[in-house]
Amino acid sequence: MPPILRQAVGGAREVDAEGSTVRELLDDLTGRYPAIKGHLLDEGGELNRFVNVYVNNEDVRLGNGLETEVSPDSTVIVLPAMAGGQR
Amino acid sequence: MGVVSPRDHLAAVKAEIQEVSDDRAAELLASEGAAFIDVRERDEYEQGFIPGATHIARGFLESRIESAVPDRERRVVLYCASGNRSAYAAKTLSELGYTDVVSLAGGFSRWKQNGRQWRVPRSLDKQQFERYSRHVLIPEVGEEGQLRLLDSKVLLIGAGGLGSPAALYLAAAGVGTIGIIDADVVDRSNLQRQILHTEERIGMPKVDSAEIAMKALNPDINVVKYTERLESSNVLDVISGYDVIVDGTDNFPTRYLLNDASLVAGIPVVHGSIYQFEGSVTVYKPYEGPCYRCQYPEPPPPELAPSCAEGGVLGVLPGVIGTMQATEAVKLLLGIGDPLVGRQLRYDALAMEFVELRMRRDPHCPVCSKDPAEIEFIDYEQFCAMPARAAAAPTIEEAVA
Repeated sequence: MPPILRQAVGGAREVDAEGSTVRELLDDLTGRYPAIKGHLLDEGGELNRFVNVYVNNEDVRLGNGLETEVSPDSTVIVLPAMAGGQR
Repeated sequence: MGVVSPRDHLAAVKAEIQEVSDDRAAELLASEGAAFIDVRERDEYEQGFIPGATHIARGFLESRIESAVPDRERRVVLYCASGNRSAYAAKTLSELGYTDVVSLAGGFSRWKQNGRQWRVPRSLDKQQFERYSRHVLIPEVGEEGQLRLLDSKVLLIGAGGLGSPAALYLAAAGVGTIGIIDADVVDRSNLQRQILHTEERIGMPKVDSAEIAMKALNPDINVVKYTERLESSNVLDVISGYDVIVDGTDNFPTRYLLNDASLVAGIPVVHGSIYQFEGSVTVYKPYEGPCYRCQYPEPPPPELAPSCAEGGVLGVLPGVIGTMQATEAVKLLLGIGDPLVGRQLRYDALAMEFVELRMRRDPHCPVCSKDPAEIEFIDYEQFCAMPARAAAAPTIEEAVA
């Protein structure tokens, strides 16, 4: 989980979620933590264009998108754009 | 063991090695297959050398020949002033296993007398040689690489957390021209991480403070200051002419504008970003790897944009990320190593972990799939100045409060 979403998931760096595709996984995740839904998915249920999801370090947008398959040992990283250099 | 006169010794050595005439050497030079090595002392080399030759003084020959000529089968032409030292050097190289070594008979003197091509090398002056000696010693950099750095121009976007270590290391490395754009003044709250600035310089424009710090470290460099913000109207004027841009800015409008402009200008951008304990670095090399918009086609809406909310940052974090940005900039300038093109390196200071994410160009990218001439610059709304609305993430609300 990216730092900006951590508080919404109880401060955890890593959380468990179930599903055999990224879409199922995110549905399960946003069911458990409704506060993060608006960050990840748009109104049509697609991935927001300022958020990337990586399955085993590969960007799903350039693969099968939300239909990308995941297995029990997959690592999924959710990453919204960060601007910060800090002034 | 009998005593051997130096003259007899030289004659014996010359009998063992192969010599070539300047005529033959000129042919070899033109055919470009042979490695020419100048084994004279540095001050002799500085007076003039055969173009294309590498200078390795005879005293360093054994230790440096392998990096200059890794292939022992390659033809090597050695020369000195008159052909004696190069004869000894030829013997040394055949002992090291070089199979095709010749020595130029009559050396550089005869070469010059016969009206053959030579020139005076560009070289570091004595002070520069001393200052950059640890670079010169690395074969991948060397004197030539250092001269290239001195000829290079890097633009830093922001003289803040990321810009601070980048500016200091690039200045120390002898990057000849360093531009810095930043419209802010030094504030006490900057000093927890922005090591370019000092307590005494609070209130001073950051670009002026940066120049003082960089020049104090290395007076050899030229600092170009821009006390303004990047906007669609000035972006091309500011960035054109730079070889590499180091992006350490703090807001999305500048990130997107810079991305689009760097594609038009064809300048690679070393991107760094930080938040709390985590940071990331990547290199956007126009049309060779993905651009920022391949990765994030659109900026997040204001209420989801973390930087504006000042979520805080561990002071040393930009030190790590900005230093990696400087490393990538130097590699790009020298054309060495594997830059982070199509790779994003993420660093988590709390876990002390690095993760490398792979990225690819998006064939439907709203910007880099277009002809550069068709790219138009957009001034995104300066949403950082807007009051944050009630946000989904408690982190942001808290940070704003």
